[in-house]
Amino acid sequence: MSTSSVLYDHPGPRARIRNTVLSVVFGVALLGLVYWIYTKFDQAGQWEGWLWKPFTDSKTWTEFILPGLWATLKAAAVGMLLSLAFGIIFAVGRLSDHKWISIPSGAVVEFFRAVPLLLMIFFVFYGLPYVIKQPVTAFWAVVIGLTLYNGSVLAEAFRAGIRSVPGGQSEAAYAIGMRKSQVMQLILIPQAARAMLPIIVSQLVVLLKDTALGYIVAYPELLQRGVNDLSANYGNIIPAAMVMAVIYIIINSMLTWFAGWLDRRSRVRAFRVPKQTTPAGAVDSTPEGGATVAEPQG
Amino acid sequence: MRMKRMAAIAAAAGLAVSMAACGGDSDETGSGTGASGIVGKAESQKKLVIGVKADQPGLGLQTGSQYEGFDIEIGKIIAKGLGVEESGIEWKTTVSANREPFIEQGTVDLVVATYTINDERKQKINFAGPYYVAGQDLLVKTDSTITGPDQLAGKTVCSVSGSTPAKRIQTDYPDAKLQQFDSYSKCLPLLERGQVDAVTTDDIILAGYAAQDQFAGKFKVVGSTFSDEPYGIGLKKDDKDGCEKVNDILKAAAEDGSYKAAWDNTLGKSGTPAPELDTTKLTHCGA
Amino acid sequence: MDVFTDPKNFDAFVSGFLWILKLTGASAVCALVLGVLLAAMRVSPVPVLRGFGAAWVNIFRNTPLTLVIFFCYFGLFVTLGLSLSDDLELNIYWLGVIGLSIYTAAFVCEAVRSGINTVPTGQAEAARAIGLSFAQTLRIVVLPQAARSVVAPLGSVLIALCKNATIVGTIGLMESSNVMKDLINSYGNAVIPIFLVFAGTFAALLIPTGYFFGWLANKLAVKR
Repeated sequence: MSTSSVLYDHPGPRARIRNTVLSVVFGVALLGLVYWIYTKFDQAGQWEGWLWKPFTDSKTWTEFILPGLWATLKAAAVGMLLSLAFGIIFAVGRLSDHKWISIPSGAVVEFFRAVPLLLMIFFVFYGLPYVIKQPVTAFWAVVIGLTLYNGSVLAEAFRAGIRSVPGGQSEAAYAIGMRKSQVMQLILIPQAARAMLPIIVSQLVVLLKDTALGYIVAYPELLQRGVNDLSANYGNIIPAAMVMAVIYIIINSMLTWFAGWLDRRSRVRAFRVPKQTTPAGAVDSTPEGGATVAEPQG
Repeated sequence: MRMKRMAAIAAAAGLAVSMAACGGDSDETGSGTGASGIVGKAESQKKLVIGVKADQPGLGLQTGSQYEGFDIEIGKIIAKGLGVEESGIEWKTTVSANREPFIEQGTVDLVVATYTINDERKQKINFAGPYYVAGQDLLVKTDSTITGPDQLAGKTVCSVSGSTPAKRIQTDYPDAKLQQFDSYSKCLPLLERGQVDAVTTDDIILAGYAAQDQFAGKFKVVGSTFSDEPYGIGLKKDDKDGCEKVNDILKAAAEDGSYKAAWDNTLGKSGTPAPELDTTKLTHCGA
Repeated sequence: MDVFTDPKNFDAFVSGFLWILKLTGASAVCALVLGVLLAAMRVSPVPVLRGFGAAWVNIFRNTPLTLVIFFCYFGLFVTLGLSLSDDLELNIYWLGVIGLSIYTAAFVCEAVRSGINTVPTGQAEAARAIGLSFAQTLRIVVLPQAARSVVAPLGSVLIALCKNATIVGTIGLMESSNVMKDLINSYGNAVIPIFLVFAGTFAALLIPTGYFFGWLANKLAVKR
């Protein structure tokens, strides 16, 4: 928290008292709010045992939550790999010197960044089969939707990352006789990938959460199994949603923590995107040229 | 070092692409034998993929890895009639909106999923049955005074977005306020708390919810249906033989008591006696 | 495309998008105010406020929006009895605005906080040296400078917010995604034109918005 301490002086005795008073007042207000919510939920009977009892039953976990979690992780993992591939291909495509490559690549990326994921998944599931004359399973509808959207966001991130590699790097590479494709593969992408690593991981958190939109095509992911199907069996929709929220928060916090760890680790060893455009410690920030990173879709 | 990293990225990308490629092919299970219809498939492969609901207690409810309910029992009867063992049945969850695409694309062989026979659907697929005639009804709190849809003016009704019952409320009872969700199970806590006055869909589905342990004694089905919803078994449009065969199986099931047993083991548990299966009303399979 | 020549369908299409725009508009304002406040908390000298800001960001950034919206409906309205309008649709609308705002505020907060980090430390040090308090330093010196560098990230947060507005459909608002679903259900053979019209409208709205923010960011960028 080096930045925050710059904004105010080291607290003296009066400031300390003031801070303590503020802390206490705010803390009490917050606790009061929490208590009020607790009693309201209590009055509504949301803490009643039978609503929560299913979660002590191992069957609930082995037959609803864990399969749901597995489906979520599976879709997220495949989606992540495909998004990375999509992102690299279209970032390089958009940076191509050939207009007939760069313009279509740019159009694809811009289009898929602008279409809501919910619409994408829905279309892949219902519309694509008419085009390819083959059914699309819910799994692939979710994965393709995730890939097109998150891949496009990653493509923009990669593009910004590649452009932020100091110009001297590619000049030096050309000087020793490398071809354009070699410069891209050997010099620019590896350096950019390392610099963009934290941003990539935080986009992956977004992707993992987005799998929840699979409900629209009945993909049996964590929300579908843990909230809709579980509560169809036990009639405890609000407690079920609370438990699922906690699971999402734990998994995503682990991923975010991993992003932070990578960031700290790579900061020591690799080159960084220039400081004024990518502030240290900020995971989702703006690299050069206002290109966007981690977009909080769903 | 750099080479290695590039190789890793390339490998990851390649893997991803190849996975995408496999995905296209591996999903074909269940299609391809369309020409000979379900009868042929059941004979040659001893397997059937049946599309069912997963979130409707009493009819089609996924309890973990198992499915249970009246629709499931009907599916088993049909599979047995076609010579397919229970272990040869693959149950596939469908939602209301994807039943026609699932049949047309061959994702499933049959659909037994509270599937109302109507002319619009008949243009795309074929129906066997009906094996049950449901009707749209209202689920209300036990102490509610609502006795029919005419009293819904100014009241809030909960249903599933885009469903036929929801549309009927919108067109026939425009004074009712409609709250829509993606599943009926979201309507029930609202009904319990009095934030909606009624939940509407087919009576048989409502009865399934009302009979669940956790809602026992809290809700009642009003009992004045205001539509006819003959439930059919959906199959491919050109599978006339399969459709006739399924109708024959239903006829036999009505006679030998297995239809009644299917009811008694599922929806009948709430005490409702098994309905009479009127075999004179079976479809003509598009003829 | 005869689907859209039917005035009933066309009206549904228009009203779906109007809901999206209304959701986006109201939530953008609320999320901006809330997000800046949260960012101020996260850099403030009061530990409880810092913790509160951090907790907010960690919770809402890590929960699927679908669940956040779900809790607004089933938590705030169904359980806590918070009714924002007697009109069913308006009530859902406002609950949706709350959900989108608290979710988006977490992303605004992080964007603003990273913007604060781009302001050279000398600026804050100079402000403190002339005796400005924390609030004054932030309000008069740091935030105005940070604002320039957060234009671009806030632009993409806004674009994401507009797309996220479709998720309010899960609690029953007839916004674009629900309208599209309905149309596809009734016109199964026109799936592709229907999708292209809906996706095209979003693209026509959001791609220029993206370029506008990019242009604005370049124009405002501080050359240091």
